[in-house]
Amino acid sequence: MGHGPAVKLGKDNASAYKTRIGISMFFVYTLAYIGYVGINAVKPTWMGVTFGGLNVATLYGIGLIVFAFVLALVYNHFCTAAEKRLNK
Amino acid sequence: MIYAQSPLAIALFCIFVAAVLGGSFYLGRRTTSSAGYYAAGGNVHWFTNGIAFAGDYLSAASFLGICGMIATAGYDGWMYAVGYLAGWMVALFLVAEPMKRLGKYTFTDALDSKFNSKSIQLMAAISTLVISIFYLIPQMVGAGTLVTPLLGLPHAAGVIIVGVVVTLIVATAGMASTTMVQFLKGGMLLIFSTVLVAMVLMRGLSTSPDHDGKRPYHDFQTIQASIAADGALQLSDPSYTFAPDWRNSALGEAGFIRLARNGEERIWHMTQDAQGGLILEETLYTATLPNGTRLYNGAPAEEGKFFPVGHMKELNLNGESVIQTGPVGPLAYLRTLQDSTMVLWGTRMVRDGDAMLTIYYQKPTPGSLVLRPGLRLKVENATATEKFNFISLMLALFCGTAALPHILIRYYTVPSQAAARKSTLVAIAAIGFFYILTLFMGLGAMTNGVINIMDNNMSAPLLALSFGVILFAIISSIAFATVLGTVSGLIVAASGAVAHDLMDNFFGMRMSDKGKVLAGKLAAVSVGLIAIYLGIVFEGMNVSFLVGWAFALAASANLPAIIMLLFWKKTTAQGVAASILVGLTSAMGLILLSPDMFVRYGLLPEQAPIAFNSPALISIPLSFIALVVVSLMTKRVEVPEAEAEAAEA
Repeated sequence: MGHGPAVKLGKDNASAYKTRIGISMFFVYTLAYIGYVGINAVKPTWMGVTFGGLNVATLYGIGLIVFAFVLALVYNHFCTAAEKRLNK
Repeated sequence: MIYAQSPLAIALFCIFVAAVLGGSFYLGRRTTSSAGYYAAGGNVHWFTNGIAFAGDYLSAASFLGICGMIATAGYDGWMYAVGYLAGWMVALFLVAEPMKRLGKYTFTDALDSKFNSKSIQLMAAISTLVISIFYLIPQMVGAGTLVTPLLGLPHAAGVIIVGVVVTLIVATAGMASTTMVQFLKGGMLLIFSTVLVAMVLMRGLSTSPDHDGKRPYHDFQTIQASIAADGALQLSDPSYTFAPDWRNSALGEAGFIRLARNGEERIWHMTQDAQGGLILEETLYTATLPNGTRLYNGAPAEEGKFFPVGHMKELNLNGESVIQTGPVGPLAYLRTLQDSTMVLWGTRMVRDGDAMLTIYYQKPTPGSLVLRPGLRLKVENATATEKFNFISLMLALFCGTAALPHILIRYYTVPSQAAARKSTLVAIAAIGFFYILTLFMGLGAMTNGVINIMDNNMSAPLLALSFGVILFAIISSIAFATVLGTVSGLIVAASGAVAHDLMDNFFGMRMSDKGKVLAGKLAAVSVGLIAIYLGIVFEGMNVSFLVGWAFALAASANLPAIIMLLFWKKTTAQGVAASILVGLTSAMGLILLSPDMFVRYGLLPEQAPIAFNSPALISIPLSFIALVVVSLMTKRVEVPEAEAEAAEA
C-alpha cells in the first residue's frame, strides 16, 4: 500500500520521552492561550488595563508569541539532549 | 483608481515569475521518482524547510488579510495572528514528530499507517481535497485582487495567471520546486516586511499624513452646523448648498446630507459634538447605477475623486498634544497610538432613487479602543451567541494549523524526526516574528493615509507605496509570491490526495513509479483548473472569511483523528473514518446554515436556522465523540509492521 516514511528512519529511543514533555508543554501553552481567550470572553475590560504604558491586550498578545518561541526552544533543547543521550 | 501601474513593479513581477519558472523547470528535470515529486526526496534541510513552512503558511490571508484587517479594525485583526501562531504549538508538541514517523507522502498515509483501511483512505483523501479547495479559493481571489492594481489587468486575468504559473510549477517538479518557491518567498517576506516596519517607525506618526508635503493627502473637511428656530439647517460655510427637502430623503433619514459646491456634490455625515452642536463630516461614497455603472464620489474612477484614507485625529506623545512625533521605537509607537485618537471608517448602504450608495464615514476612535479587542469581534457586553462565536473562532484557529493537509505534507520533505521538530521551531520563530511585524504594518497603514477603504487587502502594499515605487514593486511582487507559494503547496496536497491516496491506495491502481509521478502531475493540472474556475466565480468574496472556514473544516475533520490515533490506544480504523466524516459534514453543514452564508444566498441573516458563524466549538467535539463511540463499538485490527513494510517495498 506504500505507507511509511519517504526516507528510512532509524530507531528513536527518545520517542517516549519527547512525547511526554511535548504533552506537558502543550498543556502549559494551552493554559496561557485559554487565559487570553477567557479574559476576552469573560472580563474584556481587563484587556484595557495598562502596565508601563501598554495595555494587557498588547502585552498578552506579544507575550503569547514570544512565549511560543521560548517554549519551542526549551522543548527542542530537551529533545535534542534526549536524542543524544538515548540514541548513542 | 487609487493606484497607477508602475513599469518597475511590472518588470520586477515578470522577472520574479520567470526566475521561479526557470528554477522549476530545472528542478523538474531531476524529479523522476514519486518520492521526489511528493516529498522532494525527503532530504530538505530543516532550516530551509522551516522557512518554506513560513512561506507556505503566510498566505494571502496572513499578509494581505491580517494587515488589511488591522488597518481598518485594529487589534481584532491581530487576534487572528495570535490564534494562527498558537496553532503551531499544537503542531510542534503533538503532531510534528509522529507525522514524520508514520507518514510517507500524505497525511492520509500517517492516519492509515497502522490499519490499511479503505475507509480511512477514502475519507482522509476527501477531507484533504475539500480543505485544500476551500483554502485555494481565497488564495486565487487574493491573486485577482492583487494583479488588478499591479498589472492593470482584470480579476479573471490575475486568477488565470496564478493558476497557470502555479500549475506549471507543481506539474514540473512537485514538492522540490514548491519548496524552492516557498523558501524564497518566506525569506523575502520576512526581510522586506522588516524593512517596511523600520521605515514606518523612522517616519513616526503625524496628524497630516502627507509626509512633509511629498505625498498629497486629501484633507477630509468638517463643517459646523446648527438647526435654526424655524427648523432650517444653517452651515458655518455658506458656500455649500443643499436640497431644501434633504431631511425627507433616504440619505437624510440615514443621517447623511448631500452638499454641493463649485458644481461638485459630496455626501456628508451628520453627527453631534460633545457640546450637542451639529457637525458635518465629509464621507467617501460609491454609487452603483441601474445599468451597472459605478461612480466614485460622484465621478468615474479615472477622475481620481475617491481618496485613500487613514489619519490621526489627535496625536499625544508623552502626555502632550503634538502634530508629529519624528522617529520612534516600536514600544513608544504603540504607547503613542494608545494615547491618541485615530479616524476609522464605518460603512452604510443607502438606496438613493435608482442608485445604491455605499457610504464610508469617519469614526474617530480612541487608540485605547483600537489597541484592544472589540471593534470587529464583539466581546464587550456580548450576548451568549457572540461569546460562543468568538470562542469558537479562537478554537478553530488554535486547532486548525496542525490539521491543514498542505502544512502536514511538509513534514515528509525532511530526513528525520529531529529535522521535522527543528523545522517547526524555525517556522514558529519566522511566523511569530512576522505576525509582530503585521501589527506595525497594519497600524502604519491605518495612520499613513494609504488605505483603499473599498478593499483593505491592499493596505500593506499601499503602505510600501507611500515610501516609494521601488518598495511598492518589491512588496507587491512578494505579495504575489505569497499567493504562488501557498497555492503551490495546496495543489501538491490535493494532487497527492487524488493520485496517491485515491488512485494508488484506495482504488489499488497498480502504477510504476513514473506512472505515479504522471498521475500526480495530471491531478495537479486538474486541481489547478478547478482552482482557476473557483477563483473567478468567487470574485469579491472576503479572503479571511474563507480561510476561517478552511481552518474550521481542518480542525473538525482532521485534528481529532490525528490526536486520538497518537494518544488513545483503542482507536480503530472505523473510528478514524467516522471522526473525519462527522467532523467534515458537521462543520460544512453548520457553515452552510450560518447567518453569514444566508447573506450570501441573498436572504436575511435572521432567517438562518442557527445564530452563530463559527462551527468549531460544536463540530470538533462531535468529531471526537464519533471517534470514541465508533472505536468502542468496533475492534482494532492493526497491520503488522513487517507486513506494512513488505507492502511498502
